[in-house]
Amino acid sequence: MDARYDVELVSVTKQYGATLAVDAISLRVPKAGYCCLLGPSGCGKTSTLRMIAGHEGITEGDLLIDGRNVTDLPPWARGTAMMFQNYALFPHLSCLDNVAFGPKMRRVKRAERHRRAREFLDLVQMGDYAKRLPNELSGGQQQRIALARALIMRPRVLLLDEPLSALDPFLRVRMREELKRLQRELKITFIHVTHAQDEAMAMADLMVVMDGGKICQTGSPYEVFERPVSAFVARFIGGHNVVPWRNKLIAVRTDQCVLEPPGAVPGVRGWVSNVEYQGPTVRVGLTTKDGLEVAAVLRDDVFKQRPLSTGDEVTLSWPEASAHHLAA
Amino acid sequence: MVDRHPRQNPIDARPWTFYALGMLFALYMLFLYGPMLVIYTLSFQGPNGGVTFPIVDPSLDWFRDVWRKGQMADIPAAFSRSMALASVVSFLTVLISVAGGLAFRRPFRGGGVVFYIAISSLVMPSLLVGFGIGLGFQFLGLQPSLFTSALGAQLTWTLPFGLVTMFAVVNRFDRSWEEAASDLGATPFQRLRYVTVPILLPGILGVALSAFTLSYDEYARTTLTIGARNTLPLEIYALISSQTTPMLFALGTLTTAVSFLLIGTTLLFLVQTQQRRQWHRGPDVEPVGAWTRDTTSNL
Repeated sequence: MDARYDVELVSVTKQYGATLAVDAISLRVPKAGYCCLLGPSGCGKTSTLRMIAGHEGITEGDLLIDGRNVTDLPPWARGTAMMFQNYALFPHLSCLDNVAFGPKMRRVKRAERHRRAREFLDLVQMGDYAKRLPNELSGGQQQRIALARALIMRPRVLLLDEPLSALDPFLRVRMREELKRLQRELKITFIHVTHAQDEAMAMADLMVVMDGGKICQTGSPYEVFERPVSAFVARFIGGHNVVPWRNKLIAVRTDQCVLEPPGAVPGVRGWVSNVEYQGPTVRVGLTTKDGLEVAAVLRDDVFKQRPLSTGDEVTLSWPEASAHHLAA
Repeated sequence: MVDRHPRQNPIDARPWTFYALGMLFALYMLFLYGPMLVIYTLSFQGPNGGVTFPIVDPSLDWFRDVWRKGQMADIPAAFSRSMALASVVSFLTVLISVAGGLAFRRPFRGGGVVFYIAISSLVMPSLLVGFGIGLGFQFLGLQPSLFTSALGAQLTWTLPFGLVTMFAVVNRFDRSWEEAASDLGATPFQRLRYVTVPILLPGILGVALSAFTLSYDEYARTTLTIGARNTLPLEIYALISSQTTPMLFALGTLTTAVSFLLIGTTLLFLVQTQQRRQWHRGPDVEPVGAWTRDTTSNL
């Protein structure tokens, strides 16, 4: 048994009838790590999370948590706790009773479970809302109650299903920091499902990019962004141009590209189709004569020296060292 | 001179159809409640008054008459039989339709057929259902009675209603509540006890109430399956066809009061549950200060 990992998936497969939702994936999440499962909808990331939680059966393969095979154990016996996408707070119970629900099921005495629930409400800074019912809270507040309710189970692994997708952008950024802080302080593993690459980049220690029921790439956000292994990963994480170059497919970061007068340097020729001012940078979108869409992200002062407008013809080029080959 | 009233834009004026339909509605209300109001009023008729206006020496005599065991009818006994039967019907309807509603959340082979079979008795002629059950009992040599044939006959009426209501209620039930309960260590029984039933409770009460009232005034199915001892509607029908005194009006007033009491109590319970849910309503703001304190201090 190898207990260096909190969660280990060994060739895990999920089949719904004839559809293969998750195709023999293997993954190791180190202890107290923050792991993000990232991918477009239908890529199998939520099915994977639900299999780890025990809400979906594993068709084939094994699941180990803290070195223990839990493939056939019920959800509560796995040492996991889940935070649901819609929070799934019990609408008929106060926040305090929602948080105290787990201990109540384990027949912890009323006074004791309320004391512990208060502790966890304080942990997520919702102590003042103990007596409120969930429908009296905003989305962000409900989320913190859901978090407290999961954490009171003292899970080894916390599973989060699209935890930030229902929040407004401002709150999302704050919640990101907060989740990360809790994970560091509690020293438990978080597995976080998301379709937003910026979220995964900002939070993950281990980023797992999935597509079509398979894992495309696993690594730190830095590794994945610096060296996407495939055209899909490069496009999905964004910030890259994927272009055919000298009979090969390459990826190059849009912020390392430059725009030169047409034909001045080797590169991809195209016409400016879109200019987006983003504050410190300007994103210039190009369309080539083959219909390929590429972009260059220029510093605003660089752009100002040679402004471009829609319809201008330019060549997109990049330093040789920035480009790297893609598998397909 | 300044116009005191803001001028009405003709776009905001109500069309004539509003008044026409309003009139129609008023007539309908009169048609619906007028006869009942007459009956409630006439139930306070004096001992020497008749079944029509005018009221001679208003009194409560006819209400007292209801409780007297008469030659023709024993109202108190029939009433208690009706209450007992309605309670049992209501309980069984809730039990079966809640279980059925939960079962039908997941599609299963033959589910559609089972559903239509369960619902079809809604459209079967009620007298024939009662007749069939009565005949079946006779054929098998069984005595029809309150808690056998009559109970069964009434369930053919209340169950489809209960089931259809529960389908609607369960439809809004979010499966992730149950998953969350399991995740937090609830056994299947605890999940039902602490999560599923409490969340479905308003719907369950609705089913119980409608089953109770459907049973309480059921006539057509019960009449051929009841056996020797009548329920209240059958007793009232027997009275109407034999003797007509203001006692019938008093009885009508009393049974209406019972129904209203029942509905009122249930509504009160539901309203209180709703109010409890808004008990602590305060300012709906994010505790921004508390939340950002330690994150902003890092900046």
